[in-house]
This record gives sequence, C-alpha cells and structure tokens, in this order.
Amino acid sequence: MAKGDPGVTTRGRRAAPRAKRSAAPAGGNPELVQLLTPDGERVESAFGPDGTEYRVDFTDEEYRGLYRDLVLVRRLDAEATALQRQGELGLWASLLGQEAAQVGSGRALRSQDMAFPTYREHGVLYCRGIDPIMPLGLFRGVDQGGWDPNEFRFNMYTIVIGAQTLHATGYAMGVHMDGKTGGDDGEAVIAYFGDGATSQGDVNEAFVWASVFNAPLVFFCQNNQYAISEPLERQTRVPLYQRARGFGFPGVRVDGNDVLASYAVTRHALDNARHGQGPSLIEAYTYRMGAHTTSDDPTRYRIASEVEAWQAKDPITRMKAFLEKQKIADESFFAEVDEQARAESVHLRERVLAMPNPEPVTMFDHVYPHGSPELDEQRAQFSRYLETFEGSAH
Amino acid sequence: MATETLTLGKALNTGLRRALEHDQKVVIMGEDVGKLGGVFRITDGLQKDFGDQRVIDTPLAESGIIGTAVGLAIRGFRPVCEIQFDGFVYPAYDQIVSQVAKMHYRSQGKVRIPMVIRIPYGGGIGAVEHHSESPEAYFAHTAGLKVVTCANPQDAYWMIQQAIASDDPIVFLEPKRRYWEKGLVELDGPLAEAYPLHSARVARAGTDATLLAYGPMVRTCLDAATAAAEDGRELEVVDLRTLSPLDLTAAYESVRRTGRCVVVHEAPGNLGLGAEIAARITEECFYSLESPVLRVTGFDTPYPASRVEEEYLPDLDRVLDAVDRAFRW
Repeated sequence: MAKGDPGVTTRGRRAAPRAKRSAAPAGGNPELVQLLTPDGERVESAFGPDGTEYRVDFTDEEYRGLYRDLVLVRRLDAEATALQRQGELGLWASLLGQEAAQVGSGRALRSQDMAFPTYREHGVLYCRGIDPIMPLGLFRGVDQGGWDPNEFRFNMYTIVIGAQTLHATGYAMGVHMDGKTGGDDGEAVIAYFGDGATSQGDVNEAFVWASVFNAPLVFFCQNNQYAISEPLERQTRVPLYQRARGFGFPGVRVDGNDVLASYAVTRHALDNARHGQGPSLIEAYTYRMGAHTTSDDPTRYRIASEVEAWQAKDPITRMKAFLEKQKIADESFFAEVDEQARAESVHLRERVLAMPNPEPVTMFDHVYPHGSPELDEQRAQFSRYLETFEGSAH
Repeated sequence: MATETLTLGKALNTGLRRALEHDQKVVIMGEDVGKLGGVFRITDGLQKDFGDQRVIDTPLAESGIIGTAVGLAIRGFRPVCEIQFDGFVYPAYDQIVSQVAKMHYRSQGKVRIPMVIRIPYGGGIGAVEHHSESPEAYFAHTAGLKVVTCANPQDAYWMIQQAIASDDPIVFLEPKRRYWEKGLVELDGPLAEAYPLHSARVARAGTDATLLAYGPMVRTCLDAATAAAEDGRELEVVDLRTLSPLDLTAAYESVRRTGRCVVVHEAPGNLGLGAEIAARITEECFYSLESPVLRVTGFDTPYPASRVEEEYLPDLDRVLDAVDRAFRW
C-alpha cells in the first residue's frame, strides 16, 4: 500500500473540521494507531508501522451515529449479562470494553463483505443490521445459534477457538475464485479472533493459507489482554501485529478503544483486500472489562488497579467527551440515545423471556440435509417412550 | 454401455474427472494433488486439464485443508479434500468432528457442507508407521458425517461421483492396498441410476455362513469363500460399502438364512465397526443365530511394523478359522 493512502476518503464529506494535532509527534505513535485520545481529543491523522496514513472524515451525523452504536451495544450487552444472572441465559460472553473495536470494524464493513465472528462479536452483529435477539437462543440454550451466514453476511458464532479463521480464509479464497475482487464493488472478508486464539494452530494455518493464496481477508484480532485467566505474556513474546510480517502480509496495531481509528484501519484493510491486495492483520489493542464469560471470576487473576487504568481509556467516555467539546451533540441527544438503549433492552428482555423451549423430538432434526431413516426410527421410538408417561403431552 | 478394465485407482481418477466436468463448483484440494497427481496418482492429470483453481495444491496442514474447505462450502463450492494418508487425518479431526459434521445441525438446515474427504486407508503395502491405519470408527461415531468405502473399481468410479454429488459431508475411505487391482467398470449412464451409495450389496451368494466386510477386506473374504467352497461350505459375502449410515438390511436377510455371521475388518476390534454390527445383528436376528456373531479384526495394538503386518491383518486363514469356530459352536 502506498504511503499517504487516504484510507476512507469515500466518506470524506468534511475534512476533519475541528481536528487538532495531538501532543504526540507528527503522525503519533506508529505502534498504536489512534485518532481519538482517551481525553476525547481528535488526532487529525495517524501513521501505521508501514507508513500508511489513517484518517477519518465523518459528518456530525456520522459521529453521532457511532456514539449511538457504542451506547446501544453496551446497553444490550449489559441486559444479556443481567438475563444470565437471573437464570434466563445459560451463559453470556460480554463485550464490555470492546465496543469501539467492534463498532469501528463493524461499521467499516460494506454490505457485500462477509464476517466470521467468535462468540463475542455482538457489537459487529449489531452493526450488520442484525436483530440482537439472534444469538441469544444459543446462550439461552434453545438452539445452537442457527442462522444463515449468507443471508446476514455474518457467519454463525464459533466457539472452538480460532476454527473460524480457517473458514474465513476458505471463504475468501472462494471470493477470489469467483472473480469478486479487484474493484470498489469487490468483496472482502473479516475474521475475528482474540489474543488467546493466536496460539492456535488453526489461526497460524489460516495466516499461511491467506498469505499464499492472497486471499481478500482481514484478520481482526481483539487483543483484550486475557484468554480467560491467562495474560497476553503467556501467548506471545512479540506484539501480535508484528507476527503478520513473518507470514508475509502487513500488520497494524490500533487503539481498540478508539472507534474512529478502529474504523479507519479496518476500512483501509478491507479496501485493500477487495482490490486484490491480499490479507492483513489488525491487532485491536483493548481490554476485557468484564469476565471472560458469566462463569468466570476475574478477581482471581487480575488486580483492580489494572482495571481502573483501562477504565480511564473507556471507548464511550472518550467519544462523548469529543462530541461535547466539539458541540456535535448536546444533552438532549445523549438523553435520547440512553432512552433508545433502554427501550431496545426492554424489548430484548421481553423477547428472551418469550423464547419457547424446543420440543424434545426436534433434537433429531437437521442432522443430515435429506433426513435419515435411522434417525426417523430413533425419533419414533423416543416418541413412543415419552407417550408411556402418564399425562404426557407427547 | 462403454465398459473398460481399470484399476481401482484409475477408476477413482476417472470418476473425479467426470465430477469436475459435471459441476464447476467441484474443487479438489490437498497436498501434492496438482502436478504430482497425488502420492498414489489418484488426481493424475486433473490439474493440467482443469487448472490450479480447481485442483489446488495446498500448504502442508490438514486442519487447514478441511477448515478452508468449510469456508469454500459456505461460499457454495463442493470441495473434495485429499488427506494423504489415514494416519495424517488427525490434525484435521477437530475441523471434521466439530465443524464439518455439525454445521448443518447447528444452522437448523441453513448451511450445507457438501464436502468429500478422501482418505487412502488400511495396511498391506509395507509402509512405515502412520501410513496403514483404519480410522473409520472415529468418523462413523460422529453424527452428521457419512462414511463410505469402496472395494472394487466399479464402485470406486461411481461412489466417488455419488459422494461428490451428495449434500452430506462424506468421509470417503479408499482401500489403498487395492488401488492396483483391476476390474470391469461401466463408464456411462446417469449417476442417479447407479447402485445407491448408502446400500450394502451381496458380493457373493452363499448358504452356510455370512461374511460381512468392507473396503480392503471384501477381496479377502471373497478369497476365503472361494477356498471354503472347495471344502464344501458356501459362504455368503456382503460388501457393506456404507459404514455410516450402516445398511444391514442385506446382512439381516443373509444371517436369517445362514444362522452364522463373521464380521471382518482391519481396524482394531475393540469398539470397532464389528462391535456395533454384532450388537445390531444380535438384536435383529437373535432367534436365527446358531452361534454368536464373531469378529476377525486387527489386534488392539498400534498398527505394527510392516514386517509383521501380514500377521496383524485378517487374512484368508483367520477368516476361515472364525468360520470353523462358528460351525463348532
């Protein structure tokens, strides 16, 4: 990629009118692309380690839209955590703290792009325009998250760590084989995974495959510092983004708590991919503010001061400070967003509580595309068995 | 109808060629499947004729082969993956069992993975370790997968095409020691009229005892039946062909007539296919049985060094010994 590539000029209707240079030297820290400081100061542009310049030029409406996304996905996530605590979900993997990485990358996707999530990308899912109720069946235990990846351009959640990076790579190879790269209307694929997954063989194999087949793929690693209890130091001795170089494609580390930088870096990488320039790795440097899942107890392995330090880098606080300082939004806007978030959460809760348990015999469905006489027989036997119980509805 | 004498390997090659011609979404992928044509030459000449986008030499990583094939399948392709040897499939085991097998179920029918995983399997070629294994039970135990194996060139030609045309993920086991055996193959005719993929077939009719076998052991059992006939015993040989789902219809019918049954496979006996087959035959044919269902299998050891593999593998004598025991019961 050329130095000075504008990155997101397609959305540039206004050239960062209120942007200020940060206190950092021109271009900032090449180890961390940042366009919005924790204090809510805009940085006009930032340079990646290969000299790529990143900038965003959003309208006020677009800035407000990103803020709205951040607040909504956090509120919906909190609702799901509460539902788990009340016994309505079996488990929940919270995205708390990672909203900017997910909203920034999710909004950077174009409609024709395809995403392969882990089990924590509720924010990306939301940005794809998908009803947030969709993954909750999986966590409630009434289904296994069965949606059509091609309908939503968003694959099913994948719980086996790193397995989906190979699926994304194969899918991206297919995009290439279908001749769907090379122009602005080309398709790009994004694979989400975490810092722990970078130790998996599948992820490293995906790196090799994507590289040698020049797949139109963005590897988006949310480094939230922990793989359940194990800190980053147990997974790597080098910054994760630097691993890309060894596989033969560019890597960049972005402030994953900065929605603007996350957007800019992802949009740039996706556009490179769709234009046939191959894969790249983004390390979104962030922090898992909550537990790994609702079954986890992070107080056993990390100290409060560390969490407090990251609290000061909160993605929503900095965006709100920016909107306030630049007078892009006022109190009535923030109140309206909060009310929307509350209403959507109430709506989500109502629908979760209304989710029916599946009929037991449905466990025999869909094992094979065209059915199975053997399973039909097992189902029939099981139904007859259920009917032997007094008062059985079956 | 054009009929040719082909080796089992050439029949597979010809079947793959026909599948590539028939459906543009079929892609072959694996290690050394391109210029080399595979270490057993099963894909010989296919990359030359169909290009390197349809016959893909992959990096050397089995999980990568299967995992990327999942993505290609989601995209609408029909990947035909080659695992070079049976003993090298295990790095891909997670992708096969946790992803390939479950995708249709998890998606409530919205995602199909029409993938074929070809694996040369079994012993008898004097190979070093990891090149002679029979892993069929691992896959037959997994819901969502289907497992088939061919025993002769005619079946090899048609079954590989049927497997590729199927919407199920199919583990396609190829009896590598039989790759060079020749047989008549009917090359023409519609796939829909070929003998059904998930059906067993009587390979030799008989009246006195039933031999159940699949893959490389079908030839062994046919040889045993020929030898037994010289001693005045008529053995019926059933080629199972499909290991998941198991089709035991022909086996039940046969055992009800003969009253005696011996199951033969190379894989270790403990929790092998023979155990499941014996249980089902006992349930279905209990009052017809003159003796318990007996098994002739590999031993419950790792596959041994090749200089002793002939002792490990079931052969004509061990099969006939089991038949004798069934008659002595």
